[in-house]
Amino acid sequence: MPRKPRLAVFKFASCDGCQLSLLDAEDELLAICDRVEIAHFAEASSDLQPGPYDVALVEGSITTHEDAERIKRVRADSKFLMTIGACATAGGIQSLRNWGQIDEWVGSVYPSPEFIRTLATSTAIADHVLVDFALHGCPINHHQLVDILVALAEGRQPRVPSHSVCLDCKHRGTVCSVVARGIPCLGPVTQSGCGAICPAYDRGCYGCFGPSQPANTTSLVSQFRSHGHQTEKLVPLLRSFNAAAPEFQRASEQLVILGTSSEGCRS
Amino acid sequence: METPISPLFIPKPHLQLLLDELRRRKYSVVGPTIDQDAIVYGDIHSVEQLPQGWTDEQAPGHYRLKRREDESWFGYVVGPHSWKKYLFPPKTTLLSAEKTESGWQFIPRSADTTKFALLGVRACELAAMRIQDQVFLDGPYQDPLYRERREQLFIIAVNCTQAASTCFCTSMKTGPRCEKGFDLALTEIDSGFLCEVGSERGREVLDAFISSARRASEGSSNDANSTNENVTSLPILDATPEQLRSAETARQQAVDQITKHMETSDLPGLLLSNLDHPRWKEVGERCLSCTNCTMVCPTCFCSSVTEVRDLNMDRVERERTWDSCFNPDFSYLGGSLVRNDTASRYRQWLTHKLDSWHAQFGTSGCVGCGRCITWCPVGIDITEEVAAIREGTLP
Repeated sequence: MPRKPRLAVFKFASCDGCQLSLLDAEDELLAICDRVEIAHFAEASSDLQPGPYDVALVEGSITTHEDAERIKRVRADSKFLMTIGACATAGGIQSLRNWGQIDEWVGSVYPSPEFIRTLATSTAIADHVLVDFALHGCPINHHQLVDILVALAEGRQPRVPSHSVCLDCKHRGTVCSVVARGIPCLGPVTQSGCGAICPAYDRGCYGCFGPSQPANTTSLVSQFRSHGHQTEKLVPLLRSFNAAAPEFQRASEQLVILGTSSEGCRS
Repeated sequence: METPISPLFIPKPHLQLLLDELRRRKYSVVGPTIDQDAIVYGDIHSVEQLPQGWTDEQAPGHYRLKRREDESWFGYVVGPHSWKKYLFPPKTTLLSAEKTESGWQFIPRSADTTKFALLGVRACELAAMRIQDQVFLDGPYQDPLYRERREQLFIIAVNCTQAASTCFCTSMKTGPRCEKGFDLALTEIDSGFLCEVGSERGREVLDAFISSARRASEGSSNDANSTNENVTSLPILDATPEQLRSAETARQQAVDQITKHMETSDLPGLLLSNLDHPRWKEVGERCLSCTNCTMVCPTCFCSSVTEVRDLNMDRVERERTWDSCFNPDFSYLGGSLVRNDTASRYRQWLTHKLDSWHAQFGTSGCVGCGRCITWCPVGIDITEEVAAIREGTLP
């Protein structure tokens, strides 16, 4: 029998929720341990074994100089590096700082800002090192994570669809909230993975699985605007957990420009 | 007893007795009901669940449930659901296999015994069912689940008495009059329904229903204190000439309200001879590739089949789910995506639906129900796209 792959889990700037999804996979956890050797997982065990690792799961974004260096060492130690969750994959909610003034923010949050050394941006892991696979979600879907781990152990392709949330809504029989209620729902430009939960509970998708392939935000946002939704409402919708995902970032920045120019026209 | 050939008049409250008769015959009755701010198809036990007094307002990318001025029971057009979900379910397990000491044991899907009675099927939807019959039943490979459900299906059609701005069944020659493919067909007028019989099975159910209605009316006239509101003493008789005229007027109203048109004289042919038309790129910029049009389409039949097995590799299930040519992964062939941009996916859908469908199945794949227009989140209108391609075509 071939050697079990050695697995490591690393945390960067994040809330730990995605790592917890692995621990939450209670029904599957023992079977996973039969398939992979968990060599480094600080959230689960203080027995932290050194690399090299076959698979590294990376949670969190890069927000400090130290982390920008540490991720390079993780990459060098790992054969296959996979980002888990919106922070690692797109920069997370903390990437809102990319549009702010970092010194002002640090000054207003910390009583002694001089002790804080941080970057002005929160960036995705892929901006720093080569990423072999990105698992989306805030948090990730642990069924998808388990499928990927087993796929890696078996040497087959994982089954992680990249289509929009709409397909899942239609499987469930959920009525489209954009069309029937005029709700600005990001489902048509958001990747599947959650099972289309929010629209089934009468609210729009807020894009926690990040952009789908393709994500035609330009067309969707222009439709939202024609429904009368204002920039002030749409920018925060696009700027949440996946604010810095390229498709969402571009759309929110276009909106800000459009919003400014239309205000210019009114005055 | 013999059912008369001419349409019968069924007083409104009696429709409940028809539902009861179907349920007595072990049918699961499904029909229009209000859910999630829309008229969808779901289980119907009582006529109270029908969208009495409600209608739908439709336009490209727009649907709103609206109160009617009258109390019509079928005074709407078509909604986000289509009947295909009952014959071709969104998710099905086709087969499973279990690991045993003597190797893999294959477990075929057990025969499906669900008997559906569909209430409120429109003419365009009957046409869509005929098209899906060709896809799933004609030719060398039949779909067993579709066949089992289709053979047992009981269809109560309802003639449209109004049209939405997105309807174009008259262009596709599929409606709005229900002409064939039903067991019973109703036309709603003020006080009740005119009922036509379309099959032996329909006649049988109608006869049984008439007997039970007669018993109910005798029962209610014997018991003057009866409080059962569903029971009426009105008899079921042949429709009067006046009722026939009212029904004809009501049906004509649907025809008159249809404003959308799709020219079909050069279909098939037009689209396949314009594969490099600049309109494909232009619509590709508006299209979200979200799959909504194909999911709501009553004829789209694409699916994906995946083998899903448990972690210990002891059991595998072969699952079939609705899929779409707008899902980029759906064109994954030989290690890459064959249709890697939205324009090529939109072109694939439209050329298949309106053009190559003819070569494949002998008909158009479009029935003019307008769902793809209404339920497109950005309101792309199939009829406008075809017109734009025709306009830009060099003679």
